[in-house]
Parts: sequence; structure tokens; C-alpha cells
Amino acid sequence: MATDLSKTDLSKKDSSSQNPSKNPKKAPVDRRGFLKGAAAGAAASAAALVVKPALAQQIDDRVVPQKPVPAPQTAPRATTPLPNAATAAKETAPPPLAAVYTTDRPGADFMVDVLKSLGFEYVAANPGSSFRGIHESLINYGKNSMPELITCMHEESSAAMAHGYAKIEGKPMMIMAHGTVGLQHASMAIYNAYADRVPMYVLLGNVLDEGWRRGDVEWAHSVQDAASMVRDYTKWDDAPVSLSHFAESAVRAYKISMTPPMEPVVIVADAVLQEEPIAADERPRLRIPKLTLSSPPAGDSGAIAEAAKMLVAAENPVIIAGRAARTPNGIKLLVELADTLQAPVNDRRFRMNFPSKHPLYNAGNVAEADVILGLEVPDMWGMTHSQTPVNRMGMEVRNTTKAGAKIITIFSGDLYSKSNYQDFGRYAETDLAIAADAEATLPALIEACKKLLTGDRKAAMQARAAKLSEAAKKARDRDLEAATFAWDASPISTARVSAELWNLVKNEDWSLVSDTTFFSDWPHKLWDFDKYSQYIGGHGAYGVGYGAPAAVGAALANKKHGRLSLNIQCDGDLNYAPGVLWTATHHQIPLLNIMHNNRAYHQELMYVQDMANRAQRGVERAHIGTEITNPNIDYATMAKAYGMYSLGPISDPKDLAPALKKAIEVVKKGEPAMIDVLTQPR
Amino acid sequence: MKILALGFLTSAALLAQGRANEGDAVNGKKLFLADGCYQCHGYAGQGGRAGARIGPPVLNTAALIRYVRRPSGQMPAYTEKVISDQQLTDIYAFLKSIPTPPAVKDIPLLNDLKR
Repeated sequence: MATDLSKTDLSKKDSSSQNPSKNPKKAPVDRRGFLKGAAAGAAASAAALVVKPALAQQIDDRVVPQKPVPAPQTAPRATTPLPNAATAAKETAPPPLAAVYTTDRPGADFMVDVLKSLGFEYVAANPGSSFRGIHESLINYGKNSMPELITCMHEESSAAMAHGYAKIEGKPMMIMAHGTVGLQHASMAIYNAYADRVPMYVLLGNVLDEGWRRGDVEWAHSVQDAASMVRDYTKWDDAPVSLSHFAESAVRAYKISMTPPMEPVVIVADAVLQEEPIAADERPRLRIPKLTLSSPPAGDSGAIAEAAKMLVAAENPVIIAGRAARTPNGIKLLVELADTLQAPVNDRRFRMNFPSKHPLYNAGNVAEADVILGLEVPDMWGMTHSQTPVNRMGMEVRNTTKAGAKIITIFSGDLYSKSNYQDFGRYAETDLAIAADAEATLPALIEACKKLLTGDRKAAMQARAAKLSEAAKKARDRDLEAATFAWDASPISTARVSAELWNLVKNEDWSLVSDTTFFSDWPHKLWDFDKYSQYIGGHGAYGVGYGAPAAVGAALANKKHGRLSLNIQCDGDLNYAPGVLWTATHHQIPLLNIMHNNRAYHQELMYVQDMANRAQRGVERAHIGTEITNPNIDYATMAKAYGMYSLGPISDPKDLAPALKKAIEVVKKGEPAMIDVLTQPR
Repeated sequence: MKILALGFLTSAALLAQGRANEGDAVNGKKLFLADGCYQCHGYAGQGGRAGARIGPPVLNTAALIRYVRRPSGQMPAYTEKVISDQQLTDIYAFLKSIPTPPAVKDIPLLNDLKR
């Protein structure tokens, strides 16, 4: 049931209220109380959302009388010149009634009711004038709860926080930004989320009607089509021209964002709609539409049967997991499929897909596979081909699969494509492509596989399982041996940092909220990952600057669950917008930051080395423009400046565990902390 | 060009003597840093996601030089124009001087992770 606010006759519409620029001094109205019951606390969920009727309240269109300012009784004893009579009169006389511009029911209040109905827990924003109306309504009318405003120091931080949050919580966080300069700041982080198939709700402020723009600043901050800047990497956007339109588009945007493949969406909240009173004749029409999320698209039954046939008959099947698990249940389903087939799972680690302790974890070899199943793998071509090594010119390509190998994909990306940005990767030739959400399709695929299992096939699978288990054990032993190298080195090896940290958190409800790529994947080699909240994957589009804010956003989501959030933080990444450290401290977001301080943009340094060697000029100058030294950055002092507990730099491995222990104590009390560790490059 | 098989050399001897034809480990360490080898292979040659483990080396000097000149993987080629065989020999001597690490069983944090 949706909300009807009243039954007032729409024919009473006053055209002047629809075009405020023509009547900027229209009568103000009473404030507050409007729609207070509407959807307050209503949570968005996978089930149909029902919004309770609002308490329609009477409209008070009276002008609010202003208390006249009394004229001064005596001349001030000032040393400054006295104003002349005209100026004094102008400054002290009460203004005409029509010029006192107050309202008790700005449109932003209704916008807040709509946003509350969607169940947002948080909204991250760096304050901006184009959304000042909704800002004020959120903190006063909305009581700064559901959503709570999170103060950010950069819009890129807001967006990346929402990115990290969504990967823990499974639903979007809202951000607000100027439709111009704010969105320009946020755009890279939105692109990361887009490439990472993450829902995000972007609300932009904009003053579309030129008559309402206050001077040159608001002209510079206004735009015809705000969302156009990010339209190539958002799923849907709208710029509503009325509050009714806002309500419908806001709910529609949420639904679209949450339908796999999940993506960011944009709604432009026009400043005039935010700030002006809700027109009397519009109130009857205002309602909050019901939100019903779409069920994720599951694969066609015929295609699933065909896939099951190929997988059960395979001698060496391999499953590649990209963003296969969307929820904790996704891990259970993938384990069930792997166990049913005794098929190894090569985890691309875009999500927490599969338990790292499982004997089938990363035990397979694509080159030896006769059937390869890709589950939400964005670059299937890259999984089955090799390209020219960096050291040689040209672009030689080699298929790395064995002759006759069959490739099956289940990929929601096939349902949704855009052209301009090339994150879709190279075209993958497949034998069976199922355009569907993998997690939604797995139950039917598991069932279909089980039906085809015969005694012979089960025996063959058990023999395969024994070999894979033995291979997994050997791989584990190799990883442990590799960790011994540089064990006592300074700078501290990334393996040592991972082992020391694991020893201190292994009995906690921990959550690694950072990528392990730049840490030589040591946490994944040494730790036991088995819960969905224990890993959130990486950037999406490899846009650096994601790490620190995404970690803070994920930690924010973990906060209510009491999880110990861990962030292995690259130094280059932190320096894009370190103000997010303040956000973490200010909002008491428990998060242990361990600096991976290798004092360089290390990946880029290696690329410059490559180019220098290709030109045969030597690499002695490759550090120019790629190292972060001279001066070395003191991250512990940086964290302290933002009010965060910190220690370091730690360069002796023996000092690491005591420092980590102290920091963990701080985090367990509900605060963020940082340990600056001088680390090996990778 | 002087390519020597260094299997018979000890790291201590190299460090102490620094003989050019056998490789000067002290100079090798300087080159290892200056030529950016550590960026992919780590300061102790331990390797990682970006480069193979090379310290202590499993190849001999000649094989190391051959690979550096014509690598087959992701490593960029270092030609004679940018690094001499003698310099590579010095780097080899440095890598050879890196002590073998303790075994997993002797590192409790790692030994506990055995399955």
C-alpha cells in the first residue's frame, strides 16, 4: 500500500508556485510536521516495501510574522563613523512582510521521507550549497537517523566509502554531491563501483532554474544535465522536475541499482524543489511508491541442463569465480557445486567466493581443464589466454586452454552493456553462455548436476578429489616455505606482516576490508577465509584512491555487527584523500589500518623501469616521479593529526606484534587506529 | 665478459674479498638497489607477486645473465648497454650472500599454519 497524503482537488493548482522564478516572493508556509509518519523507519528489503500512510497535516499558509528589530535607543559609543539616517533606517526598520522568507515545509522534507522509505543507514557527503536544503532536512526533520550524515572531506571519499559499505552490507549507501564540482571529484570512485558491479545511490544538487542562482558561484556550480558526466558508468539517472516525480524516480533508481548486475544510479535533486515550500496543490498528489526489488535473473532451464551435462561428464572441470557470491549464501552454493563435481575453484577474489581452507580452493589448472565454468567473471578471455610479456613489443596472443576444452559462462554482465568505457574486456568465445546472475542460477545447476551423477562418475570424481587435495596441500607447504624468505628482513616482508596480524586476529570476528593484490596475496595464502564478510575484493576499475575510503565504508558497515575491520593500506592510495582518516575518527568507526609503506607508486615504478630498459637507458632514474621519498611521509603523525591512535614507523619485525596488539585494543574499544609499517615493495 | 660459475664460492669470501671476477657482493648490493631489482624481487630477493624468488639464487651466474638479457616472462630485458656482465656477476654475488632462511618448523607463526 502506498501513501496518499490527502485528497485535495488538483484543479486548485497555482501555476505561480510551479515556477518560482516568476514569483520569488511567494507566501511562505508553516514548517515541520509534514509527512512525519510517512515511511519513517521503513526499511528497504528484498521483500516488498510497504509504506504506512502519512499523517496528513493541515496547511498553514499564513505569513509568519517577524519580530521587528527595535531601533537603537541611544547612539553607540563607537569610534567608527555613525551610519547616515537612510542607512540606519534601512538596517533597523522591520522588513516588509513579503520579504521575510521562511517556510515550514520545504520540499526537501518530502525528499527525506522518500529516502527514509528506502532504508538508507548512512549518507556520506562533503557539504555543498546545491544540496543545502536536503542537508538541513536530513539533520533536523529527519533527525539525522536512517540515514545518518557522514561527514567526508572529499567526494571521492564519499563514493568510495559507499563502495566499501555496499560490499559488506549488500545494499547501497547514499552519497550527496554538487552536480558539478562535487560529482567531478566523485567520478573516479563511481567508475570503480560501476566496474565492480556495486550498488550506489548518488544524489546530486543542482540549481536548474537560472532565476534562483545566487551570483557567480551558483552559476559555476549549475549544469544543464548533471548526470551526463557519469552516464557512461552509471546504470540509470533522472533529474525530477517535481516532488512527485522525485518520489517515483528515487524509488525506481533504488530498484534498478539493486537488480543484478548491480550498479550506481544518480538522482538530481533540484535546489528549488528542495528549498521551496511544498505547493499546496501538490500535497494531495505526493505519495511514496512501493518498492519491490526484482528477483535476480536466473538461467534458462534448458541451458542449465546442458551445462550440467558438460560438467558432470568432464574429466578435469575447473570453476573460475569472479563476483560469483553476492551474499553469504553464494559461498555455500559454490561450495556445494564444487563438492558435487569435485571441481577446483580458481578464485579471482573480486568477492569472498570460496573458503581458502577448502581442498578445492585454487587447486585447479585452467590449462589442463576440459570444461571451464566461469561464474561472473568479467574477463573470461583473460582467463583463457596469455598475452605478450611486458618485456617484448607486439601483442602476441596465445590460447592457454587445451584443444577441445569447452567454456561455459554464467554472467549477468551479458544482460547489461555500455560502450564507451572498456571495462567489459576482450570478447570471450564460449560454448555455452548463460546470461543470468550466477548466485541465482547455482541452485538449479547444482540440482541438475546431482541428477546426472552415476556411480561411475562419482568414483571418477572421488579419484580426482584425492589428487586435488594432495595438490592443495603441496601448494600450502610451498606458500609457507616462501614466507620464510626475508622473514627477519627490514623493511618488513609482507608475508611477515600477514602472519603476525593473523596470529592476533584469528580468533576474532575479523573482516579484511582491503585488497591483497599489492601485498603479494599473503593474507589469502596464510589466513583462513570462510565467511562472506571476511573479504570485499578490490577496486573494480583499479582507480587508486579507492583503498582508504572503501575500507572506512566497509568498517562503517561492520560496526553494528561488532566485527574487527582490518585494512592493509597502500601509502600511495592513502595520499589521494587522507581526510577520510578524520571521518573514521570523527564518526568512531572501528578500523585497524596497517600501512603498507613501501614509499613508492610501486606498480608505476616497475612500468617506468620496463620502459627505460626497452629504450636501453638504464633504470637509475626510474624513481623520478614514482617514489614517495624525500621527505618520507610520517603516517603515524598524519593519523595523529586527524585524531587517530597511531604508532610507527615500524621497521624491525620484532616490534610489529606489540604495536599491532596495542592498536587492536584501541579498535576493539570502538575507535580507529593506525600502525605505520615500513614494508618490502610487495 | 667474464661469466663465472660461482657454485664454489662462499658468500663470506665474496663479501670479504670483493674480487671482480668472482663478483663483489658489496657492490652487487648497491647495484641491486640502484638498478631496481628489489622493486620486483624484494630487498632480500625473496620474490612476490611481481617477481620470482632469486635470493639465495638457484641459477648459476651464467644462467642468471642469460635470463636477464633475454627474459621470457614479465621481467624487462637488461641489455649490455644498461648493465654489464661484471655488474650482474656482482649482483649474483650479493644474492648468493643472502643467508638461507630458517625452516617453517623453526618459525612458530608459520609452523602453526601447517595443515
